[in-house]
Amino acid sequence: MAEKDVIIGLEVHVQLNKLNSKLFCGCSTDYHDSPPNTHTCPVCLGLPGTLPVVNKRAVEYAIRVALALNCDIQGETLFYRKNYYYPDLPKAFQITQYDFPLGLGGHILIKGEDGEEKTIRITRVHMEEDPGRLVHAGTIDRAKYSMVDYNRCGMPLLEVVTEPDLRSPKEARSFLDKLRNILEYLDVFDGNLEGAMRIDSNISLVGGERAEVKNISSHKGVEKALAYEITRQRSARRRGVAQVQETRHYDELRSITVSIRTKEEAHDYRYFPEPDLVPMRIADWVPRVEAELPELPDAKRERFVAEYGIADDHAKSLTSEIRVANFYEDVAKRAPPRLAAVWIADVLKGELNYRDVTIDKFSPDHMVEILGMLEKRTITEKGAVEVIRIILDTGGDPSEVVEAGGLAKAEDDAVKEAVFAAVAECSQAVADYRSGNEKAINFIVGMVMKKTRGRADPGEANRLVKEALEEI
Amino acid sequence: MLRELKGDLAAGASAEERVASLFEKIKKSKLNAYNILSEDSALKRAREFDKAPWGGLMAGVPIAIKSSISTRGIETNCSSRILSGYVPPYDAHVIDQLKEEGAIIIGKTNMDEFAMGTSTETSYFGPTRNPWDTDRVPGGSSGGSAAAVAAGEAPCALGSDTGGSIRCPASFCGIVGLKPTYGLVSRYGLVSYANSLEQIGPLTANVEDAALVMEVIAGHDPQDSTSVNSDGGYISGLGDGVEGLVCGVPKEYFGEGVDPLVEKAVWDAISKLVELGASWKEVSLPHTKYALAAYYIIAMSEASSNLARFDGLRYGLRLGTDQDWHTTFSEIRAAGFGSEVKRRILLGTYALSAGYYGRYYLKALKVRTLIKQDFERVLAAGGADILVTPTMPFPAFKIGERIEDPLSLYMADVFTVPINLAGVPAISVPCGFAGGLPIGLQIIGRHFDEIGVLRTAKAYEDATPYHEAVPKEVV
Ligand SMILES: [Zn+2]
Repeated sequence: MAEKDVIIGLEVHVQLNKLNSKLFCGCSTDYHDSPPNTHTCPVCLGLPGTLPVVNKRAVEYAIRVALALNCDIQGETLFYRKNYYYPDLPKAFQITQYDFPLGLGGHILIKGEDGEEKTIRITRVHMEEDPGRLVHAGTIDRAKYSMVDYNRCGMPLLEVVTEPDLRSPKEARSFLDKLRNILEYLDVFDGNLEGAMRIDSNISLVGGERAEVKNISSHKGVEKALAYEITRQRSARRRGVAQVQETRHYDELRSITVSIRTKEEAHDYRYFPEPDLVPMRIADWVPRVEAELPELPDAKRERFVAEYGIADDHAKSLTSEIRVANFYEDVAKRAPPRLAAVWIADVLKGELNYRDVTIDKFSPDHMVEILGMLEKRTITEKGAVEVIRIILDTGGDPSEVVEAGGLAKAEDDAVKEAVFAAVAECSQAVADYRSGNEKAINFIVGMVMKKTRGRADPGEANRLVKEALEEI
Repeated sequence: MLRELKGDLAAGASAEERVASLFEKIKKSKLNAYNILSEDSALKRAREFDKAPWGGLMAGVPIAIKSSISTRGIETNCSSRILSGYVPPYDAHVIDQLKEEGAIIIGKTNMDEFAMGTSTETSYFGPTRNPWDTDRVPGGSSGGSAAAVAAGEAPCALGSDTGGSIRCPASFCGIVGLKPTYGLVSRYGLVSYANSLEQIGPLTANVEDAALVMEVIAGHDPQDSTSVNSDGGYISGLGDGVEGLVCGVPKEYFGEGVDPLVEKAVWDAISKLVELGASWKEVSLPHTKYALAAYYIIAMSEASSNLARFDGLRYGLRLGTDQDWHTTFSEIRAAGFGSEVKRRILLGTYALSAGYYGRYYLKALKVRTLIKQDFERVLAAGGADILVTPTMPFPAFKIGERIEDPLSLYMADVFTVPINLAGVPAISVPCGFAGGLPIGLQIIGRHFDEIGVLRTAKAYEDATPYHEAVPKEVV
C-alpha cells in the first residue's frame, strides 16, 4: 500500500554482462561457470605498474542505457578513484565516477501503487568496475578463513541512482522490473546471470533519518527488505526511538535487516580523478549511439496496439519482457495477431509463470501450430490449454501431443451419437424442456460433454441437442 | 659510448665477455648500485647473441633497470621490504621495446623506496654511494642507475622521474639524464608513485646515448591511455647545433639557496652556448615559489592511493602471523614500509580527506595549471626556445646529512619539480665540478621538443670536457 510518509530511493548496480571484455582490461566477462581466478590478468589483479584502459564498447553501452533512461549525456566524462581497503579490491581503490558522471537527470515511467503511470526521476547514471568476490569456508560468521575470487573483478558495472520518488516496496519492485525490462531491450544485460543486478535501497519515514539497505540481489528481496524496514522504523518511532542515518545489511534467510554502521562510522573514500585515464569527450558519440538505439518497451507497446489491433492490456503484458515481445511478433506474423495476443498474454505467460520458466522453454512454431488448430476448430480451447501444459511439462510437439492424449475435437458423428444417447437417457430433462423450462437443456448438453470427455464444442453440442429435441 | 660498444660487438667482440666483466665489477663494487642481478639470464642472452648476433638499435647492449620498472621473471621490489621477493609475470612496455631492439638486461638498480627521496638513502637495502665520493649520496631516487652508469657498472640505464628522480642523480653523478615530456614514454609497468607526474627516461654517459635510448622507448602504447605518438628523430637531430637558439634564463632559479659554484658553472655554460651561436635572455616563471608545495601535495595524494594495494595478500611481504584481514593488512604495511613512505602516505591521505580535498589537492592542481602556463608563456613563439637552469641547487651531500630533516631534502627538488608539474622535457648534463663533485646543467624544452633539448645538450657537450671525466676511485 502506498503510504504518504514513506520515502524510497534506489541505487542499482547493473553488470553490463553482455560485453565480451572487462571494463579496463581484455579479460573475458564469461566467467560464471569457470573455476576461481581463471579470468584474470595483471591489470584486473592490480599488479604493481599496470594501468587501466577503458573498454570503449562499455562506454557505448552505458550511453545507450543513459539515453534509454532519458538522461542528459554529459559533454565530457571522467573516472575517479574511490579509496577503501577490502580483500576483494586488489588495487585498494575502485575506479568509478563521481563528479562529471556519464548521464544526469533522467526519468522512467512505472505503474504506480494506484495503478496509474508514475514518473520516477533518475538522478544519475555512471560507470564503475566490479570488485572480486569473497568465498567463505562455511558460513560467514563461522568461517576460519575466506578465499578471494577475482574473476568478477573489473566487470563493467553501471550504477543507476533514482531520486527519492518511490512510495512503497511495491513501487520499488515495479521500478526494478521496468529497469530490467529496459536493460534487456537494450541488449546490454542478461538478468539471469548470478549477481547481474545488485540494489542498495535508501528508505526513510517523513521527518526521520534514512537507512541504507545494501547489496540485495533480487527484486523480491528488495520488496521484502523495504517492507521490513517500514515496519521497523514505524515501530521505533512509536516507541520514541529516533532513526539514525545508518547502513543496514539484508539477511535474506531471516528476511530482516541488521545495522552494520552508522553515519559516524561512514567511510571517507577520498575521491580524486583517476590520473591514469584521460577525460572522454562523449558528446560526439551520442548521435551514433542514439541512431542504434532499439525500440524500447513503451514504444513497442504503442506499436503493437496500432499494428496488430490488440488490446492495450495485452500489448503491455506482451512487451514487459523483450523475449515475450519477440516471441509474440514471431507468432503474429504467421497466425491471427489478436488470437495470438490472447493465447500468449493470458494463457502461455500464466503457465510459464506457474512453472517459473522463461518463454525460451516454448517454441513459437508450436504456438503457431496450436493457434492453427484452434482456428480450424480441430481442438477445443480446453484442449489447447492442455496441449500447452503437456509440452511444458513433458515436451513433444502439438500434433503428437494431441494424438497421444486423444485431445482432438470429437468428430461430428461421435457428437451426434452422444446427443441421441443423452436425449434418450435424460427423459426427465426432455420433459422439463418441453414444458417450457429452457434451462433443462444445459443438463443434456452437460451429459453430451461427459460422453465425449470434453472433446465436443459446447456451442455445437447445444445446437445439436436443440435440433434433436425439436425433431422428437 | 653505446656507439663504440655496438661497433665493437658488430666487429666480433664477445657480448658474453663484456657482460661477464660488468658482473665482475659490480660484485667488487662498494657502491651498492644494484638490488638484483639477473646474471644467469643476461649471460645466457649474451651467449646467444655471440652465437647468432641479432640486429636492433640496442643489439647486444647491456642495460640496468630501476627497481620500479617491471621485468618478467626478475624481482621488482622498488627497494621496499613490502615488495621483496615480488617477481612480475609481465614486462613493462619499455622493457618489451628494449628486448625487441636487442638489449640485455643485467639487473635492477637501487632507489629510494618507491622513488620517494632525493638521495637513495630511503632504500630498504641500504644507501647507494656516489662514485665521486663514496661518503656522499648519488642523488635520487634513481641513484642506483646513475651510480652504475657513472662507475661503469652499466653502459646505460633506465630510471624514472617524478620530481627530479632522473635529473638529480644524473647531476650528482656527473652523467646525462633525460626526463621526457609527460606521455611520450609509456608508464605501463612502472610501479606508480605519482602517476600524473612521472616518466621513464634514460641515464647515460653522453647525450647521444640518451637519444638512442629514447628512439627505443618513446611512443604510443595502447596499454597506457596517457601515452602519445612519437615521430622519433632524436638521433638524427643531434647535430643541428644551437645557432640562433634563444636560451631563456629564469631568474627564479638563481640566487638564494644556490651554491655559488653551481651558479658560476651554469653561467659559464650559458656563455658557452652563446659562444656556439645562441643568445640568452632573462625570463620569469613567477609561480616557481609555489611549485614545491603543490608538487608534494599532488605526489603524496596520488601515492597514498597507489601504495594502498600493497597488503601482502596477493604478492610481497607476508609475516606469517595472519589474523583477520584488517589486522593482517595493517601489520604487513607497518612492517613493510619505511618511515619516509609512511610519512608520504599519511600526508597524502590527509590531503585527500573530506573537508581538506578542496583546500589542498584542488588548490595544488590550480597551482599546477599556473606553473604550466608560466612555462608555456616563456617558451611561446617569439620567446625563448629552451630554458637553462641548474639541475640541483648544490652538489651531492653527505650520506646522513639531510635524511633526518625531510623538509631540507624536499627543498633540494626546487628546480626539478616545476618541470614535472608542467609536463615539459628536461635533461641534465655535466657542466663542471665543485670541490671534485659534478654539477648538472638543466636544459628544459617545450612539450614534445625532446629534439631541441637533446641537440642543445649535444652542442654543449661537444664543446666541453665534463662528460669525459670519470670518478677516480673506479678508474
Ligand atoms: Zn583482466
